[in-house]
Amino acid sequence: MPLKLVFLGRLESVAGEAERTVDTVTTLAELLSGFAPALAGAVSGERVRVAVNGRLVNDRAAQHLRDGDEVAFLPPVSGG
Amino acid sequence: MTADVRLLLDGFDPPAELAAFTAAHPGSGGIVSFVGQVRAGDGVEALELRHYAPLTLPGMRALADTALGRWTLDGLTILHRAGIMVPGDPIVMVAAAARHRRDAFAAADFAMDHLKSDSWFWKREKAGGEWRWIEPRESDFADIARWQ
Repeated sequence: MPLKLVFLGRLESVAGEAERTVDTVTTLAELLSGFAPALAGAVSGERVRVAVNGRLVNDRAAQHLRDGDEVAFLPPVSGG
Repeated sequence: MTADVRLLLDGFDPPAELAAFTAAHPGSGGIVSFVGQVRAGDGVEALELRHYAPLTLPGMRALADTALGRWTLDGLTILHRAGIMVPGDPIVMVAAAARHRRDAFAAADFAMDHLKSDSWFWKREKAGGEWRWIEPRESDFADIARWQ
């Protein structure tokens, strides 16, 4: 099972798509190293949060990934 | 008491929702409601709100629980749209019922500030045929800081 990536808000425009699937890697750092530089830079922003399977990641460096995980990149929100 | 919290993918009718909410709380001396709508002008043709299902509705429910824990309320409704809307369409409605008005005003104000800048929604606007993502404004963060 590959990883499913989800790009929300303006990150969708940077990624060029709202979702993509990629071959499984075991860490978040490894996942980001496979991104194009513009996307890697955009998702590394201080205000961008990451969620794995719907749970917010607090320590990106320690985050491990497994087959079938859904990884969402969440830029600053704007509702209402 | 549990809040009525809904993420709506289609249009809704705020006056009808408020009438039902009011009728459900005859013992409340005060009901405060807020409706946000898509603003006409500035060449805006459409507005889209995106959400992320694993987080958005659970986050709205947590917000409602926080408001219920902080003020003495008889009822609380939080309704928020997702999807594409046009000027004049309602986006959000918050209503709070309480024995005393100050609790209702504060809870509705608190819920709106957190829906604006601390809930899992992303907004983009279409003007001149082009879509553009809307980032939160500094004033939104200042609004939310009032509650900390």
